Amino acid sequence: MRRVAITGAGAISALGRNIAEFAESLRAGRCGIGPIESTAIPSLRFQNGAEVKNYTHQPYFEDRRADFMDRFAQFAVIAAREAVKDAAVKWTPELRETSAIVTGSCVGGQSTQDIGFIEIYKKGVNRVHPLTIPKTMANAGASHISMEFGITGPAFTISTACSSSAHAIGQAFQMVASGTSDLAITGGSEAPFSLGILKAWEAMRVVSPDTCRPFSKDRRGMILGEGAAMFVLEPLEAARARGARIHAELVGFGMSADACHITQPSIEGAARAMRAALRSAKLAPEQIGYINAHGTATLANDVTETAAIRQVFGAHADRLAISSTKSMHGHALGAGAALECLATAIALRDGVLPPTANFREPDPECDLDVIPNVARHQQVEYAISNSFAFGGLNAVLVLRVA
Amino acid sequence: MSEDLIQRVTKVIATSKRIPLETVTIDSEFVQLGIDSMDAVEILFALEGEFDISIPDDEVRGVRNVRDMCAGVERLVAAKSADAPAGK
Repeated sequence: MRRVAITGAGAISALGRNIAEFAESLRAGRCGIGPIESTAIPSLRFQNGAEVKNYTHQPYFEDRRADFMDRFAQFAVIAAREAVKDAAVKWTPELRETSAIVTGSCVGGQSTQDIGFIEIYKKGVNRVHPLTIPKTMANAGASHISMEFGITGPAFTISTACSSSAHAIGQAFQMVASGTSDLAITGGSEAPFSLGILKAWEAMRVVSPDTCRPFSKDRRGMILGEGAAMFVLEPLEAARARGARIHAELVGFGMSADACHITQPSIEGAARAMRAALRSAKLAPEQIGYINAHGTATLANDVTETAAIRQVFGAHADRLAISSTKSMHGHALGAGAALECLATAIALRDGVLPPTANFREPDPECDLDVIPNVARHQQVEYAISNSFAFGGLNAVLVLRVA
Repeated sequence: MSEDLIQRVTKVIATSKRIPLETVTIDSEFVQLGIDSMDAVEILFALEGEFDISIPDDEVRGVRNVRDMCAGVERLVAAKSADAPAGK
């Protein structure tokens, strides 16, 4: 198996339009949560989200191309462009033919579908726009990335709710490690701010009426987010040989299924995924220095995740630094794990651990060092990024400082 | 608390959870009935329809049994009729 390097990264989110802005926001503990503006939300129980503010397609796509792309697919291409430029990929016909694209998305282009259904069910119009299907399909992000760069190798999309992009990055990691592909573009994108989708989240009663306060005793739920993060993965040796800058190394990937409940989190399932990830990276728990937590700020997740971390790490749990960057970029569903993997890579690269923003009050049931509110200058060697999805499908990535 | 309200609430719980009506009483605890958090969210959804009320998230925090649920519904129904304009 080959070692795998992250040689390029790109991001668009509530924390900015590129990775420099993303990194700067995390370092400053700046929260991207505010009143939802991209869609009208009459009589919704929550008012706040983590949106890409004032987004329009014009600086990124010509009008005719944008016609074919839901917002989530636009985000995917914008982040992929930055990642490919960042990696300074030298395309050859062979590389285009063997490169892989693996993206994650939870709701895909459901916002486009929502608009189509308004026509049918509300306006009584007997037809929808002919691009509804190609804009809605969850693989549209991967497809548009392939067309953007002329990549003709394996390309597909994974949809495992809030773990989607962790499963995607893990799959791409394995493809590069095994020699299937010499380059992979991977990550996730999401754009769930459409009234029909927001109403469905409202009905689950898991969204906070104010902000996202992971691990804080007064937490009241998650805040939905949007955006994308994409990476370029390459074999470490080849990356070094061509003198590429390496953000971090991907060294392990673990998965598990709770086989328990469709929405309630499980200590055992989360712990199994973390253990599998450590096994995959051939690491002892004591070697991990930082955990980018799933940390949704729901009552159930944060308590369960704390218990799972204690189960896996034992006494070392009290020496671990842990934070939930969802407190700043929101819960971007299928893009969440990609944004969090990026936050983890940046933490390793810069020697600055991002904080858990909006933290007010310690919770005895979440008694870990959660880096409250202020980033910490600390260089760690290994870190993990947790993702525990609805449906009980868990994925954990392990990263090493380059 | 009116018998009618209790009956309607217990019926909603039994129907939503698909358990025999006689197993649900005013003294039932959710844990006894096997009602987990997702079941509870579904029951709240059904209660909103049954009583034509909107149940805020904050109202449901800490509700773990049928008695508290009935009390909460009664409070929201009373608040709704107080808000309703005269003659309607």
